[in-house]
Amino acid sequence: MADITAPAYRVIPLIPALKPGAMEGKGPFVAGEKLNEALGFPGQLVEDWHDRAIGKMGDLLSRYRSLKVFMDACMHCGACSDKCHYFIGTQDPKNMPVARQDLLRSVYRRYFTLPGKLFPKLVGARDLTREVLDEWYNYFNQCSECRRCSVFCPYGIDTAEITMAAREILDTVGYGQKYSNEIIGKVHKIGNNLGLPGPALRDTLEGLEEDVKDATGFDVRFPMDVKGAEVLLITPSADFFAEPHIDSLIGYAKVFHATGTSWTLSSMSSEAGNFGMFIGNYDQLRTIALRIRQAALELGVKRIVVGECGHAWRVAYSFWNTLTGVGEGADANDHFAQMLQKQLDHRYKQPAHICEFTWDMIQDNRLTFDKSANDKHIITFHDSCNVARGSRMGDLPGGQFEIPRNIIRAVANNFVEMAPSTTREQTFCCGGGGGLLTDDLLELRVKGALPRMEVLQQAVDEHGVNFMATICAICKAQFTKIMPIYGFDRKMVGGVHQLVSNAIQLGPK
Amino acid sequence: MSTIEVGGKSYETDEEGYLTNLADWNTEVANYIAQTENVTMTEQHWEVVNFLREYFEEYQIAPAVRVLTKAIGKKLGAEKGNSEYLYGLFPYGPGKQACKIAGLPKPTGCV
Repeated sequence: MADITAPAYRVIPLIPALKPGAMEGKGPFVAGEKLNEALGFPGQLVEDWHDRAIGKMGDLLSRYRSLKVFMDACMHCGACSDKCHYFIGTQDPKNMPVARQDLLRSVYRRYFTLPGKLFPKLVGARDLTREVLDEWYNYFNQCSECRRCSVFCPYGIDTAEITMAAREILDTVGYGQKYSNEIIGKVHKIGNNLGLPGPALRDTLEGLEEDVKDATGFDVRFPMDVKGAEVLLITPSADFFAEPHIDSLIGYAKVFHATGTSWTLSSMSSEAGNFGMFIGNYDQLRTIALRIRQAALELGVKRIVVGECGHAWRVAYSFWNTLTGVGEGADANDHFAQMLQKQLDHRYKQPAHICEFTWDMIQDNRLTFDKSANDKHIITFHDSCNVARGSRMGDLPGGQFEIPRNIIRAVANNFVEMAPSTTREQTFCCGGGGGLLTDDLLELRVKGALPRMEVLQQAVDEHGVNFMATICAICKAQFTKIMPIYGFDRKMVGGVHQLVSNAIQLGPK
Repeated sequence: MSTIEVGGKSYETDEEGYLTNLADWNTEVANYIAQTENVTMTEQHWEVVNFLREYFEEYQIAPAVRVLTKAIGKKLGAEKGNSEYLYGLFPYGPGKQACKIAGLPKPTGCV
């Protein structure tokens, strides 16, 4: 792995020259028998994979009208082709979003449209062969479901949904990806992606209490399993484990402390992330989300707040209401969802993002900051795809862009933007999202980070930026890993609440 | 599944070279894995690896990077209690590379 090097920056970011077959291969490690069976998938590739795959495609087409529209609507205008970070970084034409989609679309045409059944060659329809299946596995694990291409599609085709459908079909025939399936299994068994058991979590949290006491002199608590707390914090388990993630966790705790908010973590439900979305499997998505409902009901909390995790916030904001009853819209016959809806305090947003929580407190003058504590930083903000294009914050459109930036400006003096064609809804993926943050895909991750690294370098050159803040655990882990390969210090990346933590005043106002 | 051959015995590993069975670990195996990672084991490396194994025995998971740096700092002095020191020993990242040499499962998730 040591021989992976960063691609050269483009002088002018034009469409790269094509390198057909550049990313051909076997794809990431395939999930083994135990991992698959724990999720109810066949242990390995089934003998009748062809019929089962076509059957599953038919099932998905009948359940999701959107998928059928996306399969039919594309007229290959090419607007998406150069918008994908993986295409830009790898130059493999099959990583143009339109071409990657066509790997599935061509099979759809063959089996589900009349012209494709009658004249397959005329309409670009293909039989589903083993080669095609392998190609799906390889290339649908080179899409981070970031949906940047969808922003530019005149029809609004959601490429992520196509990738999710392809991965769902692959799991159905026993051809799932190791990284995602192993993680989902750990959530079911232990309660979080890391496999961090309750006693280890408690030990870590107690250590943090000591650390914060040593650093500040204040008894900031990191409570776990406290019944009757007002807020249940659901945060990615990386916040308990990794650097720089843990510094944001300290930031959340300080905000709760300084505002006198009673809060708790749950040892049973210690994960915000939901890789069920990445593999496009509704049952997994729901089962993972239900742990949060169970914890909220058992602890009797009034509010649910979500930590810095990109895709978790999309799941929470867009799906938790119908999946679990956090928010409005639960099925009338879903007893526990109805119970939770009644339990939560609807004067507040349910769920709320930690940035919404902190920003509300700042606006209410309940927090004070020593902004000079962040003077060593010249800060820019990397929008994370699922927050930017799959959710919202606050009461105004674009709140998911403004609120994190407002917080940074409230706690620090030096904030600058990166190139506007690469931020907000046009933000580039970090290169590790969507279930691809695994060492066996490191080459892809390095190449996929190219467009973000180019504009970061520009911000460094023009403004002296030395800190890139973000609100996603995947972004933080990905950048920490790949930025040194591009010649940046890995400590240049951190969370928004890491900056909050630096500047917050804990004493009485 | 793959295997590695050390001292005439073969040990099962996963695709990435992490030992499948924790009980298979011994110092010879650790040295072998370290070699495949281009890490030359010194006393400083063993201090980290041994701490990881002790922590794992108690908690069934590797320690958070912060817990590790703090423990190393307490034991070996504050100047070593930071992630730079650990990255110096395990350049691919103390979390994963040190775990692999210590025969522990790879930390998964957004780390």
